[in-house]
Amino acid sequence: MSATINAAAPAIHLGDVSKVFGKEGTKGGYRAVDRINLDVRSGEMLAILGKTGCGKSTIFNMIAGLTEPTSGDVRVSGRNPFSDFDSFRGKIAIVFQNDRLLPWRTAIQNVELGLEMLDTPVAERRATAQLWLTKLGLAGHENDYPHALSGGMRERVSIARAFATNASILLCDEPFSALDEMTANRLRAEFVKLVKENGKTAVFITHNIGEALEIGDRIVVLKRPAKIAYDVSFTTATGSEERELIRGRIGEVLAI
Amino acid sequence: MSDQTLDDVHLSPSARMLSAAKRLGMSVLPFVVVIALWQFASLFFPRFLFPSLIDVFWRCLDIFSSGVLFADVLATVLRILAGLAGAFVIGGALALLMARSPAIDKFLSPILTLFQGIPALSWVVFAIIWFHGVEFRIFFIMVMTTLPAFAFQVLGALRAMSKDLMEMVFSFRPTRMKLFRVMIAPAILPDILTAWKVNLGNASRVVVVAELVGATGGVGYQLLQQQQLFDMAGALAWTLQLVFFVLIVQSALTLIENVAFRYRAVSERAI
Repeated sequence: MSATINAAAPAIHLGDVSKVFGKEGTKGGYRAVDRINLDVRSGEMLAILGKTGCGKSTIFNMIAGLTEPTSGDVRVSGRNPFSDFDSFRGKIAIVFQNDRLLPWRTAIQNVELGLEMLDTPVAERRATAQLWLTKLGLAGHENDYPHALSGGMRERVSIARAFATNASILLCDEPFSALDEMTANRLRAEFVKLVKENGKTAVFITHNIGEALEIGDRIVVLKRPAKIAYDVSFTTATGSEERELIRGRIGEVLAI
Repeated sequence: MSDQTLDDVHLSPSARMLSAAKRLGMSVLPFVVVIALWQFASLFFPRFLFPSLIDVFWRCLDIFSSGVLFADVLATVLRILAGLAGAFVIGGALALLMARSPAIDKFLSPILTLFQGIPALSWVVFAIIWFHGVEFRIFFIMVMTTLPAFAFQVLGALRAMSKDLMEMVFSFRPTRMKLFRVMIAPAILPDILTAWKVNLGNASRVVVVAELVGATGGVGYQLLQQQQLFDMAGALAWTLQLVFFVLIVQSALTLIENVAFRYRAVSERAI
């Protein structure tokens, strides 16, 4: 399968996408995503915001190709991430809600994981992993096992693991939610800097309005079952007054 | 050393040696007590009931030094290892199929449970009736008696794998081979080693029964000879060969565990 990227198409496209778990209308069956339409431009940093259980993670899993939509069309770089699963090797990287480090691998071996899947030569992948660990302030901890690292350090390793493959699309599912506020703020700032520097398209799932405002070029607010209730774009030039207005509007939408 | 406590790290070298000697003494003590009681009994009972352990020691040495006798020990060891390897490969493959397909699981689980309920001696009788070759009979018995345990233990390990870690590895789109190497094999290794330890003890007991009935060589066959001669020293010496083998393999498995699982965090407070 060809791994070329269709430059004309949006980086991520969701067309009339629904996801129903179980059988709708029966006990245990429910609609998690309801006919959602969403396009993400290449290089855009989208924050998807919503309350717990509003279907954010389902959308995330469908974009990642880990879950198949019940109906509608999911496209990433013009291809279906679920049916063309293998063709996205090295093209999508994910930072999960918890670090998900393999406990039997050292920090550097965890960072090398994605590169191993790409058959990168040993010396090259070791150098790349070392570079990313150093960038994220983990030099000297390369050979530590996850249990010997703090929560913040483990999350850094998982960020390094995602960046190491140099994937063009980065998906993040509330990666800082389990960390204390200071560590989360510091890592978030580093993360935004790295995404911008490396020109990634990023989708960042969060339930925190402040985090969404800090990270996104664009914020999409979801209402249960995942439907877009508010969609706003802004730039670094957007003033603090306007940001406060956006914050207020998001608060109103979420409160309804 | 795996038994070293955290306190040992802060002790002086002499205190550490004393602590190590104490630990060694504690682990050797039960064996010393049993040996002393046996030797004490040998002073008061006839030789065919409680032979002196010195006699047993010389008989063990005879077995080690005689090529013909030691070949019997090696034959039994190879039968155990071949049977376990066969059961592990077949049981592991069945477990993979059962983990992948609920239909196969539904079909195979009752059959394996049924096999588990069949006594080892029944498999011996079946093997004698069904097959001619001695070695194949023993291999069949070994496989059939340890297969269900291996299959269920590997299946349990596959099912207990972390869904989160699995999804994380899947997100990198691994090939089947790489998925197995980076995720499945390391995740199920602890349970596989435990399964080998448990089945090793079972297999060493079953092989003796199998050899007792159908073989013309091996530890089981030699035990039958000692029984006919009413030679307790010989019976003990041959039994000890199997015990030594089990201890050696268990130690090797423990060594593998210590190396392979060094990533595990150790709590300062024991269970």
